[in-house]
Amino acid sequence: MGASFYNEMHAADGSVRPHYDCFANWLKSTPSERIDRRRAEADMAFHRVGITFAVYGEDEGTERLIPFDIVPRIIPSAEWKALAAGLKQRVKALNAFLHDIYHDQAILAEGRIPADQVLKNGQFRPEMLGVDVPGGIYAHIAGVDVVRAGEGEFYVLEDNLRVPSGVSYMIEDRKMMMRLFPELFARHKIAPVLHYPDLLFDSLNSVAPLGVENPTVAVLTPGALNSAYFEHTYLAQQMGVQLVEGRDLFVHDDTVWMRTTQGPKRVDVIYRRVDDDFLDPRAFRKDSMLGVPGLLDAYKAGRVTLANAIGTGVADDKSIYPFVPDMIRFYLGEEPLLSNVPTYVCREPDDLAYTLAHLPELVVKEVHGAGGYGMLVGPASTKAEIEAFRKQLQAHPERYIAQPTLSLSNCPTFVESGIAPRHIDLRPFVLSGEEVRMVPGGLTRVALREGSLVVNSSQGGGTKDTWVLED
Amino acid sequence: MLSRTADHLYWMARYIERAECLARLLDVTWQMSLVPQSTEVADQNWRAIISLNSLEEPFFERFDEANANSVLRFMLTDMSNPASVYNCLRMCRENARAVRDTITADMWETFNTSWLELQTHRFDSVLSDPAEFFEWVKLRSSLVRGATLGTMLQDEAYNFIRLGTVLERADNTARILDVKYHGMQPGQREGTTDFYQWGALLRSVSAFEVYRKTYRSVISPSKIAELLILHPSMPRSLNFCMRAVVKSLELVANEQSGETQRRAGKLYSEVRYGRIDDILSRGLHVFLTDFMSRIEDLGDRIHCDFLETSIAA
Repeated sequence: MGASFYNEMHAADGSVRPHYDCFANWLKSTPSERIDRRRAEADMAFHRVGITFAVYGEDEGTERLIPFDIVPRIIPSAEWKALAAGLKQRVKALNAFLHDIYHDQAILAEGRIPADQVLKNGQFRPEMLGVDVPGGIYAHIAGVDVVRAGEGEFYVLEDNLRVPSGVSYMIEDRKMMMRLFPELFARHKIAPVLHYPDLLFDSLNSVAPLGVENPTVAVLTPGALNSAYFEHTYLAQQMGVQLVEGRDLFVHDDTVWMRTTQGPKRVDVIYRRVDDDFLDPRAFRKDSMLGVPGLLDAYKAGRVTLANAIGTGVADDKSIYPFVPDMIRFYLGEEPLLSNVPTYVCREPDDLAYTLAHLPELVVKEVHGAGGYGMLVGPASTKAEIEAFRKQLQAHPERYIAQPTLSLSNCPTFVESGIAPRHIDLRPFVLSGEEVRMVPGGLTRVALREGSLVVNSSQGGGTKDTWVLED
Repeated sequence: MLSRTADHLYWMARYIERAECLARLLDVTWQMSLVPQSTEVADQNWRAIISLNSLEEPFFERFDEANANSVLRFMLTDMSNPASVYNCLRMCRENARAVRDTITADMWETFNTSWLELQTHRFDSVLSDPAEFFEWVKLRSSLVRGATLGTMLQDEAYNFIRLGTVLERADNTARILDVKYHGMQPGQREGTTDFYQWGALLRSVSAFEVYRKTYRSVISPSKIAELLILHPSMPRSLNFCMRAVVKSLELVANEQSGETQRRAGKLYSEVRYGRIDDILSRGLHVFLTDFMSRIEDLGDRIHCDFLETSIAA
């Protein structure tokens, strides 16, 4: 740990990195009043359109705007190509892993991953054993969180294979930048991202059940109180498909139907934004009002495709994460292009001992945690917080993993005092259908508090537009 | 269109129309209570509103007797009465919120503003000056209708809104006529009082001038019944509403709605080709009771045909 964070825009000697040259010149030559006016405009526009997310734990229905920063995160073409290749490789291996553990379990038989870790994992779904899914694809939409420590040095922080969100902000941030600063787009060759909904729609179509010619696709949402409801409406609208809730669907003869005024209409592909547990009250949580009774049967009968598949959670579990590089070697026979963050699995006695001895330097996360809840950021915590966390960790070591605090890169960001460096990460979205595809870039999240490493929007993080420069 | 979406649109329309009709019904009773009459007759009129809506049980749990004060309190602002104007407006806004992406921004803002304004009404003043509140409800309903007509694509969504509006209105016109016609016991002439009573009824459905224009004669109960049942272009008449029901049904028809359309068409032809003398000789109350139960049947059938479709077992 040190003060030597990599700055996306400036080199250590203070000079501007070549791929930021053009932007830096623009920033210097543009009157600050004009920039302030544009930033205020962006705020108003986001409010008007209602690009918000709901906040849990506060008053029901509290909606917040995700702060948007106008300084883009810029990635040079060559760096992106390397990153993209690594991401595709990773998602291919993860899909192969999921297919394997629900079929032959070869990787377990060879002892590359302890069988218990997979088969006794809460996210493992025995219901999926032996079930064939179209194209053998499980994680159709993957959001892979990546951080940069140094030049060309990217680490994968986690693979989100359940219902990753944020892609609507990626699109809206780009639209906003194009509207506010068209001159920047005229000067740079910025790879486009606005066709993401097209790619998504195409991917979903390509995994329709066998023999279905013109599949009917729907987005399944838990409803208006969900924190990502805006994104659900947005994606359905952009793809021109129906946004449905569980009660709009029913299963008859192992087929999923949606209730329309013109009678039942068959649904072939469901982009579901509802977690496994809530999908089918007959199969999983009995108390779920969000799901569709009988959906699992229809799915197992191959009459409907779910994206993502049921049971993908086992592969994005933080206790499985340390094995992903091995998966790449095992399934693809390739060396991993992207690095993992070194990870201590606290269920292992040695790792636990190390973790307990180094708590002030480490980030400790819940294996099943998400959204930045239930984690300890050692360097940013008080002694009392660390001691309180130590007790939880000792009581349930199997629930935690620990990682060194990476020197997350910084990006200049507008804050109250002007422009200052703030830590960022990146979530590119990898789509798997007939082929593995992605739009260049992703969602850049920024920690707005000085020194903070937590970029989650539920923890007050903001977003930036991500530019991948074309040659 | 998703059945759930259609359901929200249909009920959004029914609830705003119901709030308006209720305000109109209370208005006419209020106006009648201002004309000299015995307390007994006046309370009978208020009580009729409770029985008309089959609310005796919840009402008498809360109040000892039906009079202007208790009935207005119960029917206008009572949050525990699901049929109060307050709750109609609440339901109407909730349904609108669920289909915000289907209705226009103008419509949503009209619903939302109504709801926000309702919160600021001081309920004491509502009861001391109910006429102002009636006007406000009617105005908000008119604004919704205007925003709908002025901004919405006339597609399936529009047709379900229209269907909810006209079906609810047909039911309410029948109710208002039934309760008032009998409450006033025609034949028991009291000269000028009678004139004011019938006048109030006409005004409650905004038909006083229409009556004058149409008949150019003194106000007579049978002509009022004719106007509200058979007049083809009077917007709140049963004939007018049923024609709109039939047309809206045609526009949203599906494979299983044939019988519903047949029944609606049959009911329409009765008010279209009927004669007031025949209706009166059969008995107005009998006619209206039959009409209302057939409207209820249509409502149930619309629910089954469109709003809750599933594979027939």
